[in-house]
Amino acid sequence: MPVAHGHPEATPSSENMVVAERVYKRFGRLPVLQGIDLRVRRGEVMCVMGPSGSGKSTFLRCVNHLEKINAGRLWVDGQLMGYRQKGGKLYELHDREVAAQRRNIGMVFQNFNLFPHMSVLGNVVEAPLQARGRRGGTRSQIQQHALELLDRVGLANKARAYPRQLSGGQQQRVAIARALAMNPALMLFDEPTSALDPELVGDVLDVMRDLASEGMTMIVVTHEVGFAREVADSFVFMDEGVVVESGAPREVLGNPQHERTRSFLSKVL
Amino acid sequence: MTSSSADNAGGVHAAGNQPPRTDSGGADSAGGITDAGGTVGTADGPPPEEIRAIPVRHPGRWLAALVCMVLAAQFVHMLLTNPAFQWDFMFDNMFTEPVLIGVRTTLLLTVLAMLIGIVLGILAAVMRLSGNPVLATLAWLYTWVFRAVPRLVLAVLFGNIAILYGTIEFGIPFDHYWMPLLGLEGEARIFGIETRTYLRGFTAGLLALALSEGAYMAEIVRAGLQSVDRGQTEAAQALGLRRSTILRRITLPQALRVIIPPTGNETVAMLKDTALVAYVPVTTELFFQLNNIGARTFNLFPMLVAACLWYLAITSLFMIGQYFLERSFHQGERGTTVPTN
Repeated sequence: MPVAHGHPEATPSSENMVVAERVYKRFGRLPVLQGIDLRVRRGEVMCVMGPSGSGKSTFLRCVNHLEKINAGRLWVDGQLMGYRQKGGKLYELHDREVAAQRRNIGMVFQNFNLFPHMSVLGNVVEAPLQARGRRGGTRSQIQQHALELLDRVGLANKARAYPRQLSGGQQQRVAIARALAMNPALMLFDEPTSALDPELVGDVLDVMRDLASEGMTMIVVTHEVGFAREVADSFVFMDEGVVVESGAPREVLGNPQHERTRSFLSKVL
Repeated sequence: MTSSSADNAGGVHAAGNQPPRTDSGGADSAGGITDAGGTVGTADGPPPEEIRAIPVRHPGRWLAALVCMVLAAQFVHMLLTNPAFQWDFMFDNMFTEPVLIGVRTTLLLTVLAMLIGIVLGILAAVMRLSGNPVLATLAWLYTWVFRAVPRLVLAVLFGNIAILYGTIEFGIPFDHYWMPLLGLEGEARIFGIETRTYLRGFTAGLLALALSEGAYMAEIVRAGLQSVDRGQTEAAQALGLRRSTILRRITLPQALRVIIPPTGNETVAMLKDTALVAYVPVTTELFFQLNNIGARTFNLFPMLVAACLWYLAITSLFMIGQYFLERSFHQGERGTTVPTN
């Protein structure tokens, strides 16, 4: 797929994994995103925080085109998400092409969304097996890779179990392994620990910390301030569909400039 | 419930005097309960004795059972003494060859109509949810028409389809119009079938039942597909699976849990509705055969009872099948409810 060079003054450079330019999104008449400008460099971990309804989850879902944006542009790894720009016109991509773009992006959901009718291993191998024709690799190679990933999240011994037999924290770690199975260049985390019992949060954050230290590019929507301060390279505070404040996590968390950020953080910290 | 307070006290004492497996004097543990008060002292001392209360009495149940038994006795007495039943005659004729052929036809019709109906139903449901407006409208029209027209009417209609089409031919449509325009003669048709030869009797009846069933199954499958959590589709999309793959691998398998029970219901209903193909007409069908014997021998009532018994027997068979189907299907689902959504 060719790199989209639609916008002369803002050509997505190769050092940026994600470039969002004036992204607008509304549901019906309700505006949710009102002009988001963000850049995520390769290998960067960005934490996004904000009150519920601020549009942070919606933005994440726009990044992998689960939601179509209404205005603006969004590039991931140099590709315009969901569209092809040609001669000043945008052409919608076919289902097959959007799927190919998404294979480059892993996503982890608040509710895990594991497939309950498949074993843990089945969940992890599903996407690579379906994409086998395009990527190559035998069934046993794919299984081997899946088992390595499960080992990485500490659940190699649960490969034959079914999702409902696992705790929430274990399910979320399987979901991370599943998202990694296609070797994505970018990982999106949508409040990955919000549905977990407090004592299970740590295991999931540990896995994410490892991933970050290995150089994975990550956008993490979370309320875990400790994780943001320790792991994130950049921090974004959103409210009412706009980026209120962004910068190094220590600066924003330690010395927020905006009143809105301050009042929110005072409740979270 | 109704026993006096003295009785109640007696019950408690009786239980206290016969401590279950827990040794240690009954008086001791009883004292423990009252003395413990607010303090929680589970660590020291044996656990309190198990509760053995006298169960609530249900006089209503006994009364209902008695009434039912009297009614049942009356019914059995009627079955045995009423001469209209003619049990010997019924059993002599219930297993004759034409009747057994009728059973075979009915079973065949049920199974085939259900199989075609399920395939049509899945197809129509997927079309309905596809987002393609033409296909969605087409599926809606199909469901609308075939749910509206009674199966009896469909059976008669398909029995007379030869009035509409003498032969059904396949080729390029409207050849009588465009071939002369191109200066060609003849017809652009590849092959045809004689309606009178092929689309009658069994085939016509099967088609009527299957098309009708497909419309009902379409709604059942649609409900099943919509019952699957949206997060499942989103997770699959995020993994880069294509829409057709998501349906085949993720949504449809999970929808089956919702689809199977009403499909069992539909199968039983279909078994009974096969009697309608007598109007196509299909003369080898079960009820037609039994009715025929009744009419020929001027002894109708025993044959009607025979029909009831046959349908009851086959339905029971289906119910056993459904039980095992559901059980094997739920093997992957057993345990606590799925906590994923």
